[in-house]
Amino acid sequence: MGAGGAAEQLVRQEGARVLATLIRVTGDFDLAQDAVQDAVVRALETWPRDGVPDNPRAWLTVTAKRRAIDLLRRESGRAAKEAEAMSLLDPAPEPAQVVRDDLLRLMFTCCHPALAAEARVALALRTLGGLSTAEIGRALLVPEATMAKRLTRAKQKITHARIPYRVPAGEELPGRLSGVAATIYLIFNEGYTAGSGAELVRVALAEEAVRLGRELAALMPGEPTALGLLSLMLLQAARLPARLDGQGRPVLLPDQDRTRWDAARIKEGVELVGAALRHSPDRPDAYAVQAAIAACHALAPAYADTEWDAVISWYDVLLTVHDTPVARLNRAAAVAERDGPAAGLALVDELTGLEDYPWWHAGRAELLHRLGRAEPARSAWRRAVELGLNEVLAEDLRRRLAATS
Amino acid sequence: MALYIALTYNNEVDWSQPGFEEGLREYTAFEEAHATVLKGGHALYPTSTATTVRVPGGKGAEPVVSDGPYAETKEVLTGYLLLECADLDEAIAIAAKIPAAWYGTVEVRPVHPSLGV
Repeated sequence: MGAGGAAEQLVRQEGARVLATLIRVTGDFDLAQDAVQDAVVRALETWPRDGVPDNPRAWLTVTAKRRAIDLLRRESGRAAKEAEAMSLLDPAPEPAQVVRDDLLRLMFTCCHPALAAEARVALALRTLGGLSTAEIGRALLVPEATMAKRLTRAKQKITHARIPYRVPAGEELPGRLSGVAATIYLIFNEGYTAGSGAELVRVALAEEAVRLGRELAALMPGEPTALGLLSLMLLQAARLPARLDGQGRPVLLPDQDRTRWDAARIKEGVELVGAALRHSPDRPDAYAVQAAIAACHALAPAYADTEWDAVISWYDVLLTVHDTPVARLNRAAAVAERDGPAAGLALVDELTGLEDYPWWHAGRAELLHRLGRAEPARSAWRRAVELGLNEVLAEDLRRRLAATS
Repeated sequence: MALYIALTYNNEVDWSQPGFEEGLREYTAFEEAHATVLKGGHALYPTSTATTVRVPGGKGAEPVVSDGPYAETKEVLTGYLLLECADLDEAIAIAAKIPAAWYGTVEVRPVHPSLGV
C-alpha cells in the first residue's frame, strides 16, 4: 500500500471519532460534518507528502476545530456566534474518557428511538461509516435526492427536538442499546441478503456493519448484546464466500462448500458467543442465542453432521427471550431436519401472521415438495415468488418450480 | 431548556361527567409530581363541541365553518400540556407518566422558540 492509500485508510478510520468529538463541542451536526470534511481533505493533501503526524486523531481534531471556528465566524458576525467560536479555542485538553465516549454518544444519538428506523440506518452510515449521501443511496437502493432529504430531516429533528448527545445510563441503557444493535444489524442484513457479485456496494454494507459491531463491542466491554451481535454477524459473514456459485446463483446452506467459509471469522465468532452467554447467564441475549445457532452450523463439518438437537434446543432458548413467528418458522425448519418433513410442516402450518412473508411460503413449499405433494408445493412456491422474494433467490425458486412440473 | 407540547389523544372523555373521578385523581397526582416541569395545559371539551374553520378562497375570502373536529378518528385530541425540559429524553420520560399515554397516545413536539404570541 502506498503512502496515499495508508493515509486514506487512517483518515477513514479516525474520521468518525473526530466527527463525534466535533459534534459534541459544536453541538451542530452540519457544522461538524463540514469542518471534519475540510480537515480530511487537508490530511489527504499533506500526509502523503509530509508524512503522517504522530497523533493523527489529534491533528484532525485540531484542524477540524480551527475550521469550525472559521465557519462560525463567516456564518455571522453576531456576538453569540463569536462567543461560541471562542469556546472552541479552549486550550485545556479534554479528558480522555470524554473523548473516548464521543463515538458511543454519536452511536446512541444516531440510533435514538425517536428517529425512524430508515433514518437511523442512513445517519449511522453517513456519520459512523463516513459514506457519502450518494453511496448510501446506491447501497440502500434509494435515489440520492431522497436520501439527502431523509438525512436533512433526521438532523433537523435531532436539533429541533433536542435529541441529547449522551450515552444513556441505568435502566434506560438496555432498551437504547438494543436500538443501536438493531440499527447495526439492519445495515448488516441490507448487505448480507443482497449477497451477489453484481451488487458489491451492498455487500460492503455487511462489512461496514461488522466494523461498527467491533467498535461497539470495544467501547462497551463485556456487554452481552454487543458481544452477541458481533458474534452473530461474524458467523453469518463467514459464509459469504460460499453463498454464490460460479454463475452468481445463491447456494443454500445444505449445499454450500464449507471449505470456502472464513475459518478465522468462525473462530472469533465462536469465542465471542461464549463470552456473550457467560455475561448474561440469567436471561441470555437474543443476538447471542442466534449466534449460538449460527455456531452450530459453522462448526458442523457437513450439513449431514449438523447437531439438530443442539440447534432446536437453542431455538427453544431463543423463544424464551425473543418469541416471534419468524423464530418459530426457523425452529420448524430445524425440526423438519431432525424429525422429518411431516413434523416440520405441522409446526409451520400452526403459525399465524406470516401470510405475507415469502419465507413462510418458501418453507412450506420445500416441505410439501419433500412429502411428494407436488401441486400444493407448486402453489406455495408461486406465492413466495409473488410476495417479492429477493430477485436472485426468487429465480432459484422459479427454476425448482419448473423442475417439478 | 426547551419547551415541548404534549398532545394527548385518546377515546372521547367528558371530564365534567361523574364517574371520571378516578381519572381526574390520576391527572392531579401527575400534575403535583411534575409541577416544576409543567408550564401550562388544559383538557378540552369533547369533539362534539368542535368547530372547524377554513378559508378555501384564501386570504380575505369567505370562511367555511363546519361542525366537528379536523379529523374523525376513534382517538381524538383531548388536551395538551406544556413541558419545559432539558432535552427530548426528559420530555419522553414525563410524557410516559401522563395518564393518557396509558390508554391512548401522547404526541410530543418541540415548541418553536421564536414563532409564537
